[in-house]
Amino acid sequence: MSTSQVTAEFEKQVDELVSHYPVSKRSASLPLLHLWQETFGHISDEGVDWIAEKLELQPINILELVTFYPMFRQEPVGKHHIKICRTLSCALGGADKTHACFKKRIQAEGDDHGPLTSPDNNYTVEFVECIASCGTAPVVMIDDDFYENVGEEKVDELLKKYD
Amino acid sequence: MSAAEINPFNHDIASGDAPMLNVNFNGEWIKVPKGTNVVEVTRQQGEFLPHYCYHPKLSISGNCRMCLFEMGMPKSGPDRKPILGDDGLPVDINWLPRPMIGCATQVSEGMGIRTDSNLAQECRKGVMEFLLINHPLDCPICDQAGECKLQEFSSDYGTGESRFVEQKVKKPKNVDLGERIVLDDERCILCSRCVRFAKEVVSDDVLGFVNRGSYNTLTAHPGKRFDNKYSLNTVDLCPVGALTTKDFRFKMRVWFLKETKSLCGHCARGCNVTVGSRQNQVYRLTPRTNEEVNSHWMCDYGRLGFHFLHDEKRLVTPESKVGTAQFPTSWVDLSQQLGERLAAFNGNEIALLASASMTNEELFLLKQFADEKGITRRDVVPKLGESDDFLALADQKSNSAGARYFEISNDGKNHDSIVSDIRSGKIKALICWQEDASDIGLTAEDLQKLELLVAASLLPNKTTELAHFVLPVAGFAEKRGSTINQFGRLQRMNQAVALPGQARDDWEAIQGIRQQLSGKNGIHFIEDVFKQIASSYSPFSNLSLSKVGDLGVDLELPDGVLNKDKDSNTPA
Amino acid sequence: MAAAERRIIFKNIDSPGYTNDIDCYIENGGYEVLKKSFKLEQQQIKDEVKSSQLRGRGGAGFPCGMKWSFIDIKKVQKPVYLICNADESEPGTFKDRQIIHKDPHQLVEGMIISCYANNVKLAYIYIRGEFPHGARILERALNEAREKNFLGKDICGSGYDLEIYVHRGAGAYICGEETGLIESLEGKRPYPRIKPPYFPAALGLYMCPTIVNNVETLCNVKHVMDLGGEEFSKIGKPNNTGTRVLCVSGDVQKPGYYEFECGALTLGELINDICGGVRNGNGLKAVIPGGSSAKVLRAGEQYKLKEKQADGSMAEREIGLEDIPLDFDSLMGVGSMAGSGGVIVMDDTRDMVECLANISEFYAHESCGQCTPCREGSLWMKKILGRMANGQARPEDAGLLKNVADNIAGRTICAFGEACSWPVQSFVTKFRDEFESKAERKKLTTV
Repeated sequence: MSTSQVTAEFEKQVDELVSHYPVSKRSASLPLLHLWQETFGHISDEGVDWIAEKLELQPINILELVTFYPMFRQEPVGKHHIKICRTLSCALGGADKTHACFKKRIQAEGDDHGPLTSPDNNYTVEFVECIASCGTAPVVMIDDDFYENVGEEKVDELLKKYD
Repeated sequence: MSAAEINPFNHDIASGDAPMLNVNFNGEWIKVPKGTNVVEVTRQQGEFLPHYCYHPKLSISGNCRMCLFEMGMPKSGPDRKPILGDDGLPVDINWLPRPMIGCATQVSEGMGIRTDSNLAQECRKGVMEFLLINHPLDCPICDQAGECKLQEFSSDYGTGESRFVEQKVKKPKNVDLGERIVLDDERCILCSRCVRFAKEVVSDDVLGFVNRGSYNTLTAHPGKRFDNKYSLNTVDLCPVGALTTKDFRFKMRVWFLKETKSLCGHCARGCNVTVGSRQNQVYRLTPRTNEEVNSHWMCDYGRLGFHFLHDEKRLVTPESKVGTAQFPTSWVDLSQQLGERLAAFNGNEIALLASASMTNEELFLLKQFADEKGITRRDVVPKLGESDDFLALADQKSNSAGARYFEISNDGKNHDSIVSDIRSGKIKALICWQEDASDIGLTAEDLQKLELLVAASLLPNKTTELAHFVLPVAGFAEKRGSTINQFGRLQRMNQAVALPGQARDDWEAIQGIRQQLSGKNGIHFIEDVFKQIASSYSPFSNLSLSKVGDLGVDLELPDGVLNKDKDSNTPA
Repeated sequence: MAAAERRIIFKNIDSPGYTNDIDCYIENGGYEVLKKSFKLEQQQIKDEVKSSQLRGRGGAGFPCGMKWSFIDIKKVQKPVYLICNADESEPGTFKDRQIIHKDPHQLVEGMIISCYANNVKLAYIYIRGEFPHGARILERALNEAREKNFLGKDICGSGYDLEIYVHRGAGAYICGEETGLIESLEGKRPYPRIKPPYFPAALGLYMCPTIVNNVETLCNVKHVMDLGGEEFSKIGKPNNTGTRVLCVSGDVQKPGYYEFECGALTLGELINDICGGVRNGNGLKAVIPGGSSAKVLRAGEQYKLKEKQADGSMAEREIGLEDIPLDFDSLMGVGSMAGSGGVIVMDDTRDMVECLANISEFYAHESCGQCTPCREGSLWMKKILGRMANGQARPEDAGLLKNVADNIAGRTICAFGEACSWPVQSFVTKFRDEFESKAERKKLTTV
């Protein structure tokens, strides 16, 4: 995403977020990265540079964060991002099957460890670590939405919702 | 100038007024200044607590976990105060089950330290194994081999065999981190010394870690280069072979290097260096710790500025002009002929241009020679560079203070009159010692006018081309002698490599000419020159070259000798 | 018969008609305790919290009153910060999610009281990135509180000013470690700080004194101030006061969250009576009682539990897994911990090597990589376990795993070292036969 696409509205949101950290602008790094990703889909090198400049930091200070936190992505993903918890309680609840089912339905191929994107680019399915709803395993997040008890039988219905 | 002014941290230097605390170190009660950390306590006791990430001049990060030791606190009574014996020392120590890191643990009254207990040994063994499981173990092709802390500590504290049978983590190799530096991420143990140096010491925050966990990778942000003028200090700081100097890479196994303690001559600071050489070839310079001068550091320019010594154009044969051409001659003939030619001039017909990077001994002998001959038209050729807030000083000559003290230098103020008097014919002879006359504005035409032109130099220049006598002399790693840095510190350089061809140590060349003129002798060694200095100049009294030592001594010098301004090269 | 639930923190959560807006909260008596607290001296509030014996609900169970007492607001020269740790990420734990989504004002009220008690003028709620709706709900709740002057300048005419902001994480378990959280909030990689010297009470956020409290702990502060410290301390057991939200997951009929007085019921009662027993008619094999980093308990194990009696004397009794009372001290007494209250149940069809491989994959993924033993060891353990689970176990693997874990625990910068090694140490020790038989089976097939 080119920085020329940064709008006045975006800048306003940035300034609001920065104002939450009167002691150190650097603290606004994570909020700005979230905002950038929500606005532009992923965090490009331009994003890193833009945020660094805004916060008077070196680009490496931002790159260190982007690559540390799994929620930030440097590459675009499908239109909808399906995250399936793989940690113990969800695994006991059958997360593997849920993942396999999503993978098959969106016709994604590849190693289960990384994000897998459907050929039509509509969906990316990915295993993630615990998202804190172990009592309703297996749990799935699609974009910002959260779904509980997602067995194989619910996969088609969910995909339809995000068609 | 001291370490406190150079470094943001000096964990190895206790403040002078720190109270002394009683500490039980491996079973013995010792007194340690408050504020000292356990790595330094161990060092003070003549022992060593192994560590990778800790460095006395960087912030404490505590990440390598190699310096884990067993810690105890004095046993307390019901009043929660330590139970003390008649000697005022705790009667017993409660040892904590959890090991502590020596770097981040400062001593406290009555504390117990065990650096070699079973627990401490087990910890080191465990950490060593962890550090090696994903390491490529490519010592046979690694430049760090021989001075690698992974090698040293695994031999001292490791097990000698691996229990790791899984796939190693793959990381970038041969990363072009900067102009002068290469990174191998698979060798990196993520100690963050380089990152901290860049950020804390030279404020060039371009290095960092990307990714997470075992995949953590040292990098500079794409598009940013690690190119600051102190970048190569990170190669010294790097305890492993992750950061290597392009200049030294694959050139020589470090265990073949002879190490000579000497000085960098690239500016008036005189950073202390170790010259690494083999078979009369210098392979690298590394900074040598001197808290009064350069602490642990030096600039890349100084570090890499030794290659001229081995330049293929190096002058290696004395020459004298016969007719219009220069022919090789011997030193004996040269000295004799030169002496005869000089005898034909009055002192006021001769000008002397010498280098402010020469040693005190050389400058002293030049002064003796000039005084004896009555040469009053003398000066040096000052060179101004850029200073910074760290080590670099504007004065690019390593012994401007010595040149002033021995009355050779007038900080370039004599240039104009020398030039005009050469042009008017008042000055008929010019001696250029390790300086090029063209640098003070003398043209080839001017020089050709001279009846006698003498050039002592390492490399050919406009003066040597026209000189009647060419004297091949010595570079900094080829000689012993002393210099005075901008802060008045008398320091010593030592000879690391032999002189090439028939090139001669400067002091011998000067003394050779002087003898021809005055017949005086009595100097056989460079030490004798220093002795003469010491006997006639009070700041040097009671000193000898050996007393100057590896770290130098501060001199009390008269006003006007030292230039206190880092941005200028002349005294205010 | 198991004790009945006693809902204090979850009193309104899931109750019919209860919504997460401020009007509903106020209708149910919300912010009354705050108004009452403003009439007290700050030190009085701290004293109440101390006498309540409230222990932190984040995992370590550190007494909240003691944590606060490290900061003497009369003497401190720098600003004091408070951070609510809402980075709920310990596998098996899902209580904070409920509070944030369904009763955010309870947290906000508890937090304002806590801030006032410690003279905090600026506070943050560090919420895990995977709760985007939760973050929005909290932001709305804070705005509502601001509108009603429970936040901002001169709160309720008390002369006290406070701002609270929501700060979102981005998917890192290590941010639950308080100094990692502080680094993250400062905009740096969340590398936990070395302690000493960087204890948050002295050198926390922006190198100022900082209090980091869990969501449930801060909610409890409200109830401490409602009931009074003395009265609160009568709930539960001495040194294990108040209620505990237990999150049950895994192989039980009715997983979910339940709130009980500390120690009011046993592990067996929780699983069998409250959660309807192990699912699919299977037998119980193992329980992780306090989030995935807690040491596993094996069905059939016998423990010697030392307990303080009413008269102050200590008595020891031998109990089985199902008889363990669910409180801080008892769980510690049997060699595990109450941790974050996440109870994960595994039935007797489960392969313990696979379960541990799953847990270890989590910790290998979450290790920040700052210090050597955890960075290298957590991934090594994951790789060994992955290989074992894939039928390539070797006879020496069980011993190797245990030893690798031993070389991590206690030797790292933060408690993550323990978090990743305790499961390995306990699984391998308690199910040694199962780990060793992995290699034997391989031997059989290769003959």
